[in-house]
Amino acid sequence: MAVSETMNAPEASNGSPLSAHEGAPESARERAAQYVVSRHRFRPAEALPWLLAIAAYFIFPDRMTFGSQVAIMIMFALSLDLILGYAGIVTLGHAAFFGIGAYTVALMVVRFGWTEPISGLFAAAILTGIFGFVLGWFTLRYRGLTLIMLTLATAIMLQEAGNLRSDITGGYDGLPGLTFKPLFGIFNYDLYGHAYYLYAMAALAIVFVLVRRIVYSPFGQALTGIRENVRRMHAIGSPVHRRLVTVYTISAAIAGVAGALFTQTNAYVTLTVFDFDNSAKVMVMLILGGTGRLYGAFVGAVVYLILEDDLSKFSPTFWQFGIGLLLVLTVLFAPRGLLGLIENAAAYLSKRFKS
Amino acid sequence: MPQYANIAVSILFDGLAYAMFLFITSVGLSVTMGLMNFVNLAHGAFAMAGGYLVVTLTRSLGVPFIPSLIVAAVVVGAVSVVFERLLYRRLYRATDLEQVLLTIGLAFMAIATYTYFYGPIPKSVPLPRWLEGDVNLGFRTFPSYRAFLIVVGFLLIAVLWYGFERTNIGAKIRAAVDNRRMAQSVGINVDRLFTLIFALGSGLAALGGGLAIQLLGLNPSFAVIYLVLFLLVVAVGGLGSLKGTLLAALVLGIFDTAGKYLFADAGGFFIYAITVLVLLVKPAGFYGRE
Repeated sequence: MAVSETMNAPEASNGSPLSAHEGAPESARERAAQYVVSRHRFRPAEALPWLLAIAAYFIFPDRMTFGSQVAIMIMFALSLDLILGYAGIVTLGHAAFFGIGAYTVALMVVRFGWTEPISGLFAAAILTGIFGFVLGWFTLRYRGLTLIMLTLATAIMLQEAGNLRSDITGGYDGLPGLTFKPLFGIFNYDLYGHAYYLYAMAALAIVFVLVRRIVYSPFGQALTGIRENVRRMHAIGSPVHRRLVTVYTISAAIAGVAGALFTQTNAYVTLTVFDFDNSAKVMVMLILGGTGRLYGAFVGAVVYLILEDDLSKFSPTFWQFGIGLLLVLTVLFAPRGLLGLIENAAAYLSKRFKS
Repeated sequence: MPQYANIAVSILFDGLAYAMFLFITSVGLSVTMGLMNFVNLAHGAFAMAGGYLVVTLTRSLGVPFIPSLIVAAVVVGAVSVVFERLLYRRLYRATDLEQVLLTIGLAFMAIATYTYFYGPIPKSVPLPRWLEGDVNLGFRTFPSYRAFLIVVGFLLIAVLWYGFERTNIGAKIRAAVDNRRMAQSVGINVDRLFTLIFALGSGLAALGGGLAIQLLGLNPSFAVIYLVLFLLVVAVGGLGSLKGTLLAALVLGIFDTAGKYLFADAGGFFIYAITVLVLLVKPAGFYGRE
């Protein structure tokens, strides 16, 4: 990922409140503040994914279930981007949070008969947030292989624990046929999932605005600092561990909401949500799109899921080979993901046209 | 012999055999990761490749089991050098994440390729007669194949220990693991050393894959399912440590077997719980440098 940061680094050095802080005159501070505000402002191009999402609603009315899955995986990838792309935490167990969120809403229905979907999302966010906080508190002291193994082991242990109490979780057969109350008491679950597509997209939009605010805030700057150089952040007195735990908690809560949406749109859940495959898949999507750039999650999830949908119909073996090849090629030739590739091409073309 | 003692002996015996498999397959991964800090998630794919080569040699070409194992180890070790020279070396200085992605991509491609050629159904392998049935050790009988696995394991430990601790090249490897730049500046060719270790480690993994067919069964998902176990052994033992890998393989192998014997429902829970406990207390593993 070393390459993807080159574009952030100059911004951080001339625009962050940190560098402007050293006894700077008011004007420099104001300039810095202005810079942060201007960077935070929404650009017209950012409406594009949402316009496409609305267009998809009218163009592919019979593919709305697939559309909901795309929205859910974008949200899941976005939660991973927050910790991997911005804070530099490498994890292979992010499915743990997705799974906890998924089971939260499922068990609320089965155990307590609580079928209102929107409050279910909040419950999932709170519960996975708490879990993420506790887990992060213990594990984020470690880095590298140790951290990868700890996160991986946690997800598998949750899966094993769920399997042990299959009387509650339904084991690998899962909990089928969950029914939820109509959204806002009006919109029913329909066969083509129209209402749920809009519901998932709306949830994604809210989460996205939240994540966007976080990464452009001073807190987000500090996370980038931690990713780039932990020692220096320690040296300037940044509370590194607390910041990492905070972002991990937020990321876990978002992944939990994605899991909860998954259960609600599919009306069933099985222990496979905790699979290593699920953790690996979301990471592949994010890398494919590009890490540390918000929209990487959108591009990666859409491209991955469409390819998967088409190619795995053709042959699952072929698809697995393809995804492997895609990963190898991405690492070797497009380390900043598809979006990075597009940026490179744009930069190259504009240079050609100017000269 | 009383019932509980009988069970305890069975656990120890089966656990030891399993630990030997874990050690043989993981030791190469540990040393390569210790030497170059390279996270190689395709290690399981090399083990799987070795297993399938043994299947082809014994089933289709009629080569006996033991020579097939040796041929598989040598061939996979040699082929792995091609991968190391063409792909791995480009990422020595890259981040953990990029190494993880490249190698997991290779593992996926290997799984797909082997599924295409061999199908998803687990393969078995014809064993020589002296490896089938049980062997009598006086006070009770043990399965011959597991006894064989333990003997092979001990032999390899002895050979590796001698190579590491008593030969010139072993001293160079230990020096390079301790401090690569220092080793380079006193004239050790760490690059070539790494290629050698990589080939040796992949060859051992292939041997482990061949040995695992009878013990665990072999299908293409072997490359990822058991990879997690190898990584656990490496992380718990400490990168680059022969002693640590052996200790971790013993602890994880015996506890996992005990867990499966005594609490069949909890299945794989124990091996992960132990890993988490060890890593929380000793983040760099038993013999890793903090």
